[in-house]
Amino acid sequence: MVNSSLMTLLREQALALYRRMLLIRRSEEQLVKLYAAGKIWGACHTYIGEEAVASGVCAHLRHEDAVFSTHRGHGHALAKGVTPRELIAELMGRATGCSGGRGGSMHLFKPEIGFMGSSGIVGPSITLAAGAGYTAKLLKTGRVAVAFFGDGAVNNGSFHEGINMATVWDLPVLFVCENNLYATEVAFAKATRNTDIAARARAYGLPGVAVDGNDIEAVFEAAGEAVQRARAGEGPTLLECQTYRVRAHSEGMRDAGYRSAEEVAEWKARCPIQRFEKRLLDDGLAVQADLERTEAEIKELIEDAVSFAENSPWPDPSTVTDHVFSAAYNYVTTEGDRHA
Amino acid sequence: MREMNFVEAAREGLAEEMARDPSVFVVGEGVGPRGGNFNTTVGLIDVYGPERLRDTPISERGFTALCTGAAATGSRPVVDFMFIDFLTDAFGDLLNQTAKLHWMSGGRVKMPIVLRGCIGVANSNAAHHSGNYYPFFMHIPGFLVVVPATPQDAKGLLKTAIRCDDPVLFLEHKNLLTLKGPVPDEEYLVPFGQAAVVREGGDVTIVAISFMVQETLRAAEELAQEGTSVEIIDPRTLVPLDIDTILVSVHKTGRLLIVDEDYAPCGAAAEIAAQVMERAFDDLDAPVRRINGAFAPTPFSPAFTNLVPSAASIAQAVRDLLDE
Repeated sequence: MVNSSLMTLLREQALALYRRMLLIRRSEEQLVKLYAAGKIWGACHTYIGEEAVASGVCAHLRHEDAVFSTHRGHGHALAKGVTPRELIAELMGRATGCSGGRGGSMHLFKPEIGFMGSSGIVGPSITLAAGAGYTAKLLKTGRVAVAFFGDGAVNNGSFHEGINMATVWDLPVLFVCENNLYATEVAFAKATRNTDIAARARAYGLPGVAVDGNDIEAVFEAAGEAVQRARAGEGPTLLECQTYRVRAHSEGMRDAGYRSAEEVAEWKARCPIQRFEKRLLDDGLAVQADLERTEAEIKELIEDAVSFAENSPWPDPSTVTDHVFSAAYNYVTTEGDRHA
Repeated sequence: MREMNFVEAAREGLAEEMARDPSVFVVGEGVGPRGGNFNTTVGLIDVYGPERLRDTPISERGFTALCTGAAATGSRPVVDFMFIDFLTDAFGDLLNQTAKLHWMSGGRVKMPIVLRGCIGVANSNAAHHSGNYYPFFMHIPGFLVVVPATPQDAKGLLKTAIRCDDPVLFLEHKNLLTLKGPVPDEEYLVPFGQAAVVREGGDVTIVAISFMVQETLRAAEELAQEGTSVEIIDPRTLVPLDIDTILVSVHKTGRLLIVDEDYAPCGAAAEIAAQVMERAFDDLDAPVRRINGAFAPTPFSPAFTNLVPSAASIAQAVRDLLDE
């Protein structure tokens, strides 16, 4: 029988994981509404259905640990500590967004807390994270780096080159593959003969672990071991999290022809949040009132974020050439355009 | 002042910066015990060890992006491509990540990375080892492009490049590597964006890039004997480009020739010509002229002559320009 203080710790940790997943879900649902209302421009790739992966992995990270994310990065950003205000304002193109309105859905940045960017290009999160691992090892900072990427990235050269170098140089990196079965609309099974991603690790000589990516306990446990290994100087791990994107690749895109309604319904039924709710209640780690209170807090946070974003200023268009370089070099591009 | 060759001077600059800053490290194929294909790192592994002189697999895209991630998180990588042609495998990540992370993050992610490699048509290196390629990078917001033409500048500009918080292409022409010249005994840096007037003259301005400075100096000697006085400007950095020094010279001479070994279309010479015509049209007594390398992949056989501008073709171009 565990003693009561340990029980409190377990409860708090479990509820924090639950809260993190729910924050992502409710933020995404809000973004879907804002997109439908025409208040979000460009792409909007939601993370609905995959919340357990970012939540379970980032629970082990410190602010100074580096995360490199994908085009489907809202969940990674929120799990690493980007606030709903910063996320929603960014997707609404406001100056108060986490990238000042320069990025949108695919270019979220908050390096102050180690969120090193989501990306419009599939693959480089792997090699960039390997590089953050190189810095950590060279400067002995004790930090770890995490690359999130999808099944689509494992058939890209970045996967091969990044994992190979990180392994041979024992870099403190966690490679988290979110295998959601489709690279945009191309089924993974049509893109490669061997669909066992974790098994590829053996070819490079690093540990490869496959887990049910909709089971936050499984993700949490496997990620914890991998982060511990990395911090101990024992090198990288490849973690395959099998999950599913239940909405279209991007909001507003036709979501048909490549997968069946039955398949989507089946995965919706495996919702990671509902599963964890049941587990919390069944095991006595939470009561219904805990879950309701969490829900209410998040609702308030998101309402506040929307109102904050809607009342936020637009970026000043004259700042577009700011930060092309870090210093004011005397350079000229066209007549009348002098930067010094 | 001491005499050193170009490679030795650049290597001394690298060694000084590695001693000064423990976050500086070098990656590349053969940069460790071998000391670099072009002797860029000879002896350094004995001082700084294998983690800071990192021999790599042949994964140009991978180690370039890896170094981009390293630079973004607080270290200062120097990527030694050996031949700059090998950088092309990494081009997508250079364009989308290395050049853009600083801007996309609103200036919060720094990108102190040096991308060095040898350029140029030389030694029958043929189509895969002779590229210049600097216009690609001049075209992309975010890259600085450095083209030293003397040992002194090679050292001073490399030191500036390593201390710079932006991605720097540091391009070393193979025909310059054994060129000797004076190098100061004391520590110095050469700032970016300051062209050098390497020869003063009054009749015509020649902007020459990288190794072409040497060919142009030879042409100027020949022309001097004919009574023609040539002013030669070495821009030293193409981004940032010191257009002001060029404009002052053009104001004096009224004529401009640009000598660039690389291809003409959309090239460095085209950019310089456009800027001069936009700003100093009234100073020009003749159209701006440029001479460039042959618009073809670089061939192997020594029978393929006149691939790039030479002292003779530069001198002839000046004579033609003075006849305008």
